[in-house]
Amino acid sequence: MMMTCYSRQLRGVGALVVALALLALQGCATVARPDPRDPLESYNRTMFGFNDAVDTAVLKPVAKGYRAVTPNWFRKGVSNFFNNLEDGWSALNNALQGRKLDTSDNLGRFMVNSTLGMLGLVDVASDLQIERHPADFGLTLGRWGVPPGPYVVLPVLGPFTLREVAALPVEMKGQPKYTLGDQDAHTVLPVVSLIDQRTKYLNASELLDSASLDAYLFQRDAYLQRQRNIQYDGNPPEEVTEP
Amino acid sequence: MKRAFLRKLFVGISMLATLGFTGQVWADDEAPDVLIKRLSTEVLDAIKADKSIRSGDMTKVVALVDSRILPNLNFQRMTASAVGPAWRQATPEQQKRLQDEFKILLVRTYAGALAQITDQNIFLKPLRAAPEDKEVVVRSEIKGSGDPIQLDYRLEKTPGQGAGWKIYNINVLGVWLVENYKSQFSAEINAKGLDGLIASLVERNKANANSKK
Repeated sequence: MMMTCYSRQLRGVGALVVALALLALQGCATVARPDPRDPLESYNRTMFGFNDAVDTAVLKPVAKGYRAVTPNWFRKGVSNFFNNLEDGWSALNNALQGRKLDTSDNLGRFMVNSTLGMLGLVDVASDLQIERHPADFGLTLGRWGVPPGPYVVLPVLGPFTLREVAALPVEMKGQPKYTLGDQDAHTVLPVVSLIDQRTKYLNASELLDSASLDAYLFQRDAYLQRQRNIQYDGNPPEEVTEP
Repeated sequence: MKRAFLRKLFVGISMLATLGFTGQVWADDEAPDVLIKRLSTEVLDAIKADKSIRSGDMTKVVALVDSRILPNLNFQRMTASAVGPAWRQATPEQQKRLQDEFKILLVRTYAGALAQITDQNIFLKPLRAAPEDKEVVVRSEIKGSGDPIQLDYRLEKTPGQGAGWKIYNINVLGVWLVENYKSQFSAEINAKGLDGLIASLVERNKANANSKK
């Protein structure tokens, strides 16, 4: 679900990802009744456990510390800044999907917030009632008709569908937060963005723990439902239920 | 004289008509979107008015959910559909326990989310349903300082006049709650049977109760 979107931002972890994935595949056990959407369940579960450990040891404490030491207006400004960068990228993706209204909304937001909103630190556009229409390249592929494919949990990055994994290289090249500024910015921006995202989902991730019988299944099903929901604009067709 | 009589007659008739009209409204069911709007507004107002809820007083939030939301849920249907085909093999006793424990789990979850509401307001999207529909989806959005939160409800018409609509599924941010328990429940049932599922629910609820007041 939403608690994992934050994880898209890390880059430069390619080698580690492959190594860990191989390691996890070796430890595969068989799954009693596999879900057709999740043929890699055994590997995915291992990776979910690994990510959970990383989150508990590093990400969550950092996010909690960040929330404790910074004032609300500061965190708001940081969130706005990254949302604004995202709006620019979303505008391009909405354009690729042929959505004229969404494109002009996002473009309008990006221009208003980058100027009046002081480089995006203030979200003037929302006060002007210009709606956000987030769209990344994975969604663009989906709207072009690419099926989501199986569910994949990547090390550190969290839940994905195979389609979103395929879109990752384009995201890395296209998202302004990875490409803006010099070499230092390339390191700092994604890390700050990650902390920003993780902080926003502190409450939600606690909910995941207390609401689920099996946190892996809960997160998987929520992620897949949510992806489908986004692709169909909040109104997905009924799924064919299994016998 | 005649004019005054006519006027009185007119007033009388219009009063009767008004009475008849309101009578009609009372006899008919409250429309599903009107129900959702009323419930959401009542709950949001109650949260905004009560500081102790916003500071995380769980007993108060749970009491609010119990009194305002639960009477409008068809909880049996929610549980049956989350449990799946095994529901029909369950004894009445098992069904009751499943329902009770699932209720505790959901109320806590839902209450935890409610406690975080501050300046939000509810907006309903236009209802797309025919008057004779027995099941409808009401779509709403909670708007506050952050991105809007999608909150949808599936409702069914209770048989019989005036019995009203009952909610049987809730969608938060694109995730239908009941669907999200199906895999977990069937995994438990396949591994440990219905009693195993009940035991797991009891255990989860106990852990939740101990972790925070």
